[in-house]
Amino acid sequence: MLGIVGTIPEINFPLVSGRVVLEGDHIIIGDNHINVNRGTPAMIAAAIKTLKYMNKPDPYCYLVGDIGNGEGCKLLYKYLKENITETSFKTLAFHYFQPDVGLFKRVIAEIAKMQNRPILIADAGFMYVAKMGGDASFFDLFTPDAGELAYLADEKAPHPFYTRGFILHEENLVPDLIKRAYQHNNASSYLLVKGAKDYVADRNGIITVIDTPVEEVLEAIGGTGDTLTGIVSALIASGMDIKTASAKAAKVNRLAGFYARPTPATQIYDIIKQIPRALNEVLVDI
Amino acid sequence: MFDIFNKKTKTDCENSENGILVFENTTDVIRAENVLKAKGWKIKVMGPPPNIRSGCDLVIEFPLMEEMSIRRSLLEAKLNPTQVVPVNSVLLEPVNLLHEKSYGNFFMVRAANMKITVDRNTKLIVNVSGGGCPDVPYLAGQMVNKHLNDTPQPKDIGYTLCAYALQIAYDRVVEIC
Repeated sequence: MLGIVGTIPEINFPLVSGRVVLEGDHIIIGDNHINVNRGTPAMIAAAIKTLKYMNKPDPYCYLVGDIGNGEGCKLLYKYLKENITETSFKTLAFHYFQPDVGLFKRVIAEIAKMQNRPILIADAGFMYVAKMGGDASFFDLFTPDAGELAYLADEKAPHPFYTRGFILHEENLVPDLIKRAYQHNNASSYLLVKGAKDYVADRNGIITVIDTPVEEVLEAIGGTGDTLTGIVSALIASGMDIKTASAKAAKVNRLAGFYARPTPATQIYDIIKQIPRALNEVLVDI
Repeated sequence: MFDIFNKKTKTDCENSENGILVFENTTDVIRAENVLKAKGWKIKVMGPPPNIRSGCDLVIEFPLMEEMSIRRSLLEAKLNPTQVVPVNSVLLEPVNLLHEKSYGNFFMVRAANMKITVDRNTKLIVNVSGGGCPDVPYLAGQMVNKHLNDTPQPKDIGYTLCAYALQIAYDRVVEIC
């Protein structure tokens, strides 16, 4: 089963856990209906679409309201620390979260105690804090974009905001940044780097490059990285190996974007609706 | 005479012994930055040294000799730093490299990990993307479909470094559009 940890951008949204379903452009957990626009709700919606296609159960999610002051995340860090070892997820994906190195380390210390440790995926704030705390290699997959990859590659930056210019410069090629991230042990076992070209890589170098179809405007659309993380998490939870799942997810995400006929003003739910069609095309031979 | 007075008291923090002001959250750092810059202090927003770094942090670097006056200015604005310590290691510089891209009538600016896209004709913010801190989806919800001149700004409603990066991108878009 796929577990997902993330935040809802509402100050009064309570800490909740449970199975999440998708109805139209809303995800539903308990009595809470959440609009799918971007962030963790978009990631969950993409995961649900993918799991449904793969005939797998809906994800089990741990969610809390947080608008950036970190108050909700503190509660969820504590909850995870106290309860994570009781779970039996095959795959656990961490998403938008307030980076707090001390609280994060307590959570992964608990995960390290688990007999059957889940496959660990991190994106967004959880990826930031994993690198910040020197624990990137504890994770199986990160899904950075080019800017975030530069952050992983900069051994001195504690947040993407402090990535040094000579690393951030666009002339730096993604393969060089991947190499540098691994050199300094600031990458997970596998990387799925999203961008004009998507790269699947590990410590030994680039495994696959996915560069079609091309829809340049996807970079401007909030949530396209979230959908990629949702799709790859769901494919891995469905039993696909990380390398294959990463390459397939990149292709599915690009195709879904292409089918949505996007402009820079397109909103993410229009792309999420196209995921089943894209899955059908990419996974037809599997 | 006034200029000379200013030069003597409002010391450039690059040329003196410096300290850092640590605040509870990034919102307070941004408020303090606005207050101190408005009063003419030559302060800089920087990354904290490793020994006081906890996560999503910013600090204000200031000339240590001016601590009393700066604290007074902050107190007047009801801002209370949690720590004031001397700089004893190299502080991190915030990102200063912006990427800009046009898509027909749309224009996108990326600062670090944050992107904002605007329709040049209508001046409407059509998308906010990137980032990983929890205020990013919140900020996007507040800013998308708003006119550049009417939107709430990250410096006023955001909390994190991602919000600060988005403010830099927003300022650049305003400058260009």
